[in-house]
Amino acid sequence: MNWAWIPANIGALIEATIDHIVLTAIAVGVGLAIAMVLSIVIHRDRRAYGPVTAVTGLLYTIPSLALFAFLVPITGLSLLTAEIGLVSYTLLILVRNIVAGLDSVPADVRETADGMGYTWGQRLWRVELPIALPLIVAGLRIATITTIGLVMVTALIGEGGLGQVMLRGFNFRNWAAVYAGAAITLALGIVVDLLLVWIGRRATPWAAARTR
Amino acid sequence: MSDQPVVRGHPAATIEFQHVTKRYDRVAASPGGPAAVEDLSLAVPAGRICVLVGPSGCGKTTSLKMVNRLIEPTSGRILIDGVDVASRDLTDLRRNIGYVIQQVGLFPHQTIEENVATVPRLLGWPTERRRERAAELLALVGLDPGAYARRYPAQLSGGERQRVGVARALAADPPIMLMDEPFGAVDPIVRTRLQDEFLRLQEDLAKTILFVTHDVDEAIKMGDLVAVMQVGGHLAQFGPPAEILAAPASEFVARFVGADRGLKRLSLTRVGDLDLRSPITARPGDDALAARARIQADPFPYLLLVDAEARPIGWLDQDEIDPAAALDAAAAIPTSPLLDRRMTLKDALSLLLDAGVQAGIVVDRHGATVGLLTVDDIAAQMRAPAGAPDEASAGEAR
Repeated sequence: MNWAWIPANIGALIEATIDHIVLTAIAVGVGLAIAMVLSIVIHRDRRAYGPVTAVTGLLYTIPSLALFAFLVPITGLSLLTAEIGLVSYTLLILVRNIVAGLDSVPADVRETADGMGYTWGQRLWRVELPIALPLIVAGLRIATITTIGLVMVTALIGEGGLGQVMLRGFNFRNWAAVYAGAAITLALGIVVDLLLVWIGRRATPWAAARTR
Repeated sequence: MSDQPVVRGHPAATIEFQHVTKRYDRVAASPGGPAAVEDLSLAVPAGRICVLVGPSGCGKTTSLKMVNRLIEPTSGRILIDGVDVASRDLTDLRRNIGYVIQQVGLFPHQTIEENVATVPRLLGWPTERRRERAAELLALVGLDPGAYARRYPAQLSGGERQRVGVARALAADPPIMLMDEPFGAVDPIVRTRLQDEFLRLQEDLAKTILFVTHDVDEAIKMGDLVAVMQVGGHLAQFGPPAEILAAPASEFVARFVGADRGLKRLSLTRVGDLDLRSPITARPGDDALAARARIQADPFPYLLLVDAEARPIGWLDQDEIDPAAALDAAAAIPTSPLLDRRMTLKDALSLLLDAGVQAGIVVDRHGATVGLLTVDDIAAQMRAPAGAPDEASAGEAR
């Protein structure tokens, strides 16, 4: 095993890591924006829940390779192709968690918000979404970890961040590269997860107050 | 709550229900089901507490929620200071009505201070003024702002949360408060304290309050006016609590207020409200013969020995008075409980029964004797001044 490969290619590894983070961040960011809109639509009209989860659930069940194979003829070997796939996989998790979060708002809280003269939008932004935050963050953690893993697969269509490193490692029997890619991905997952936990705690000091 | 200078600007408003009916259509309820509220008409004068009371399903909460339009009536009008609420801007209407519910509905993600300042924030008050107002109101409901302002609702007890709920409803000084079982979720001891504190607060605030409860005792205690409602949303009787207890308008009302309504009336009257009889008093050292002559002429043949400040020492029976000697404090029997003038007749009766005596001595703040109250006097109060319907249902209740 050629461990010397790692220090010699530290620049490339850093670059791949940044790529990996960017691909993940775009996917989760766009996914969160779309999921938020879908969840608010569902929150307004419950009848949308069935259709939305049916579609996002269907997207979730398509094997990633099959999805990329389907998209490549349309959008090419591109970042867009990769992101369409990655975003698709975040939606089911995020929508379910945001809706569950909004549902977790106690009925009496909603009633007093209305009774004190909140408009629908004020109630959503200032009351319901903040209270839903712990569950939204929980969904965000799962979606982010899943996406960090899935970004690997996009190496097959020319993206992939650390997935590229591993793919080339396999092709050239460079096991040091394979292990390095795997280890950094794992570390990335752990660090990002801890970061989200920390952000979540900072954003919801009241949730910790409960256990005091 | 505390005797802070009270923070009042808006005068109270009147509330009037005019033939208000609420029916839920076939989607929400079974077809042909009874109305939630049926042709409700009543008027609450400014600054008074009107309690809507009745069994569950009588439409009391529905009636309340039609005032701030959480529920829209099927027909009829509700007027606040003569203006139809349906014509008001919804958010503006609600921001001018305090709203307190049983589960309190505090925002778990906001501190107590932020919770209290909710409506001021909606109204766009500057931060500093909101903070001052929150502190002022927390003090008003008996919570130390220094200790509570930064806490979260989950860190408070049930009773403390209820207080915060009241403070929040008062934040923008609304002329009207709607209170739906506001003290329903706490234990009886805390409930009694919150009720007493709220009544004391209301003496200064003089808001117009619509108050919902299923508890007759709470209705009698809290209400200047009581509206007894029955299932189907009918108003069974509307009037001051004493009138409802003395003369129930129907068998339903009589049954709902309970067979013990004579006793309940006792909690509406305070000892000081009665014309108290004066005991025959004397001081130790007074002439025994003259004192005995005075009590022998009285139907209540006992002599009350009092000290120089008129504070009671004890009773002397006419047979125990030695006509040859001066009156002796050591011979007096101090059996009678002392009654405060502000005590309700119910509490006074309870003290007399506990002590196993016929009469209690009513004293003022300094302990000086002001009069005598007997079990018979209290019993006379229980008997209704009003005639027939009361006698009839009292007989039935036995």
